[in-house]
Amino acid sequence: MSGAAPYERRLLIGDRGNGLLRKFWRVPWLFVLLLGAVAAVGYVALWSAGNGPEAYAQKHAFRFGFGLVMMLSIALVDIRLIARAAYAGYALGIALLVLVLLHGNVGKGAQRWIDIGPLQLQPSELMKIMLALALAAWFQRASWEKVGNLLFLLPPVAMILVPMGLILKQPNLGTALITGMIGAAIFFSAGVRLWKFLLILGGVAGIAPIAYEHLRDYQKARINTFLDPESDPLGAGYNIIQSKIALGSGGMWGKGFMQGTQGHLNFLPEKQTDFIFTMIAEEFGLVGALATLALLALVVIFCFVVAFRCRHQFGRLLAVGLGTNIFLYVFVNIAMVTGSIPVGGVPLPLISHGGSAMLTTMLGFGLLMSVHVHRDVEFGEPRGR
Amino acid sequence: MILEKNLRRAEDRQRRVFTRRALGLGLGQLGLLGFLGSRLWRIQAEEGEKYRTLAEDNRMSARYTAPARGRILDRNGRVLAENRLNWRAVLVTEQTNDVRQTLEAFSRIVPLQEHELARIERDIRRRRRFVPVTVREFLSWEEMAKVEVNAPDLPGILIDVGSTRQYPEREDMAHIVGYVAPPAERDIEGDPLFGLPGIRLGRAGVERFHDPVLRGRVGAVELEVNAVGRVIRELNRRDGVPGQDVQISVEAGLQRALRARVTEGTTVVVMDCRNGEVLAMASQPSFDPEVFAAGISTQQWRDWTTSRSTPLINKATNGLYAPGSTFKMMVALAALEAKSIGPLDRVFCPGHLDFGGNRFHCHQRRGHGGVDMRTALKVSCDVYFYELARRTGIDQIAAMANRFGMGVDLGIEIPGTRRGLVPTRAWRQSKGKPWSIGDTIVHGIGQGFYQLTPLSLATMTARLATGRAVEPHLTRSVGGRAVAGSRPEDWPSLGIPERDLKIMREGMWAVVNGAGGTAAGARLPGKYGTLAGKTGSVQVRRVTRQQRENGFNAERVRREWRPNALFVAYAPYDNPQYAVSVVVEHGVSGARTAAPLAREVLIETFERLRGTAPPDAQRVAEAERR
Repeated sequence: MSGAAPYERRLLIGDRGNGLLRKFWRVPWLFVLLLGAVAAVGYVALWSAGNGPEAYAQKHAFRFGFGLVMMLSIALVDIRLIARAAYAGYALGIALLVLVLLHGNVGKGAQRWIDIGPLQLQPSELMKIMLALALAAWFQRASWEKVGNLLFLLPPVAMILVPMGLILKQPNLGTALITGMIGAAIFFSAGVRLWKFLLILGGVAGIAPIAYEHLRDYQKARINTFLDPESDPLGAGYNIIQSKIALGSGGMWGKGFMQGTQGHLNFLPEKQTDFIFTMIAEEFGLVGALATLALLALVVIFCFVVAFRCRHQFGRLLAVGLGTNIFLYVFVNIAMVTGSIPVGGVPLPLISHGGSAMLTTMLGFGLLMSVHVHRDVEFGEPRGR
Repeated sequence: MILEKNLRRAEDRQRRVFTRRALGLGLGQLGLLGFLGSRLWRIQAEEGEKYRTLAEDNRMSARYTAPARGRILDRNGRVLAENRLNWRAVLVTEQTNDVRQTLEAFSRIVPLQEHELARIERDIRRRRRFVPVTVREFLSWEEMAKVEVNAPDLPGILIDVGSTRQYPEREDMAHIVGYVAPPAERDIEGDPLFGLPGIRLGRAGVERFHDPVLRGRVGAVELEVNAVGRVIRELNRRDGVPGQDVQISVEAGLQRALRARVTEGTTVVVMDCRNGEVLAMASQPSFDPEVFAAGISTQQWRDWTTSRSTPLINKATNGLYAPGSTFKMMVALAALEAKSIGPLDRVFCPGHLDFGGNRFHCHQRRGHGGVDMRTALKVSCDVYFYELARRTGIDQIAAMANRFGMGVDLGIEIPGTRRGLVPTRAWRQSKGKPWSIGDTIVHGIGQGFYQLTPLSLATMTARLATGRAVEPHLTRSVGGRAVAGSRPEDWPSLGIPERDLKIMREGMWAVVNGAGGTAAGARLPGKYGTLAGKTGSVQVRRVTRQQRENGFNAERVRREWRPNALFVAYAPYDNPQYAVSVVVEHGVSGARTAAPLAREVLIETFERLRGTAPPDAQRVAEAERR
């Protein structure tokens, strides 16, 4: 076994090195650099979107810096402590979702955020991470046999459906589906038998037509628009068409920094948030778009690498959940701006303007790093902390 | 040991399943990201050209540009119609979250009326969200500044600058210069210019007649616009041709003075009888032409169109009156031409003429005794002209009236001018009625079916004075180039023997200056020369036999039953320059009401036009430089 020796060595370091400094050295600095690069892309794009740094770019950099500190702090927290707090966190997430339904601020016909001091919090974003934590905690102790038990699977299914339902009620179809998919990814990775997995998936899919009936008109319109965007070029399909025009006119090399006509002449809606990728693709062309996509793909890949290298099921499942979360952000956003799926206000992580999204994203990365830093710890009997 | 081994095995199995599945999941995700990459390749590399064109379409907007409308100037270069900046507030619905709130905030700065709000809301419903809707036009500078300062509270409100028509002489020139108004739906199909927002079209008067010249030609400009249609910069421009200035013959000061002098129902026309130039044309009441440019309210329009005093109608060109005794020269000339009487032949006037069982009265009940032509004109003997008409026939009289510009199209640059009516036998028969000699007799003193405009009466007087077929006209120069018609030689002779005309002129001289003339009160102060004219008093109701026997006094009946007073004149007698016609509705007596007014008008005209040079391009050019 060639891999055994370094494995053992790492185990040893892990056992001995509980000191903060040791942990600090185990932080994957290359990954931190990668995150910095993605955030820098965001900085440049927001500079252009705001016609200068004042509007968005400066705030973006500041938030990233703040998020970085938060991320590194979380990275040093023992993963077992985090695992123990998982259910509490989940409960908090649910409580916030209920709160947002009761007292939330309405935006675009949905109740989505609550104000906490100067901060606008979108509980649905936080919920996705809390769900990953709770599911990972549930499956952590589960033996292979237990995972095969249908009764054992019922509570985690409920754990997914309850927040989904609450988010759907806001209503925010996109985030509800993403939440469900994160849950599905963890179920799948936890080793739930394939036929049971498909059974559950099929059951949920069976509810979909009923759910469609309960969709708000604007959501239905969104789906219908997606099917035929040119049908109403000045109405709901306008955004998709303008986004594709911006992308296409960027061509191979782009129009140059601050030179995008579509974006700068306001043909692009919400160019600093949902359509930031279009800005990048228009001004830096296919090359810039693919480079950005590649950076984001590397982030997703790293999440999976963390999962593979982790020695405990909790960390593995959490990493997969967090990685899937990032993947879904990226995929839904870029698929949306390229007109591949219906428009649904999903930001691009670390690039789009928005404080709440940045904080939840960095919180997720903090947890991921904690998994990485504590990849070799033993669960089971708690060892000295 | 075994237990631990089993545990380890179970753990390994769990790990292996995880690795397998997570790898599948991860690769699946990478595959999907790869799919996005291929989408980007397709859109950006393969279809890039198509989308580049679309992007260009998006940002380019070709727009027509309105050329500046030409000005209208008076004979001295005074501005009668010009363009003024028009500050407009427009609302782009897309740029505000709450239209009502924005409008309320705007209303606090510039109060909006109920009907304005209704119009704005209607426009908003009809237009796309990014098309600006006019909120208020003609903002004052202060209002504009206030709106700009409060811009943060007025999301979606933009200030836009257009141009509007201004008439410095306002009511005084409205009937001549006319006005402009937005084009009607049916106009829009013609010139692309008419589709432009804020464009105005000449609707009346000189504005309408010279509209093609004043309007100019539309230009085009290629603009880069943003998503809401706001112009970012200009890319390409093809200038239109600005409209040309039109100089008209009216003297603004004279026009203003006459309008100030006359009261409702009184109409005055002053012409240069040498070339037909109209110097002033006063009709009361008038209207404010700027109201039309701003868009007239229905209430205002209803008031103006239903008012008995008809402010929108220029009575000089559209008012129709029976000419009465001012027409007698036509009868006399027709008779001389038909040789039905010699100028010195006398007709005995006993105060009435009996014909076919009817008695036709002379205004002088005692009769004038034997009168020849000059005397008949001087004292306005009705019996003399009854007899002349009877001898000559209505068609000959009508033909003569037509030659003097009555009942025909005079071609003046005021669209809608009435020709008037000069009856003939054929005209009467076309109505299915016979023409009797009695009718002819009545028409011999300008009563009956005659319907003539004050303008045509002035034209007749000018033609009598000069013997030329001068036509009343307004245009002196267009775009700085003088137009034909300002020299006497431009007008052909009427072909009336000078001997006959001389008798008319002498008769008219005697009306004012002769002993026993009807209009001695119109005599001019010596320095202006002498005035020749003819009075007219026209019954608007038949005077019954009973009234006549009780001693009919026209001044004692209800105002609208009193006779109209008329006077036509020219001066100076020996070197005719100006011709005047005055109509005073229900003025009772031409001699007492109309003639003194004509005298004043002529004095005013002499004073104001003394030394006025013939039209020249120089003056227009000077006015432009100012």
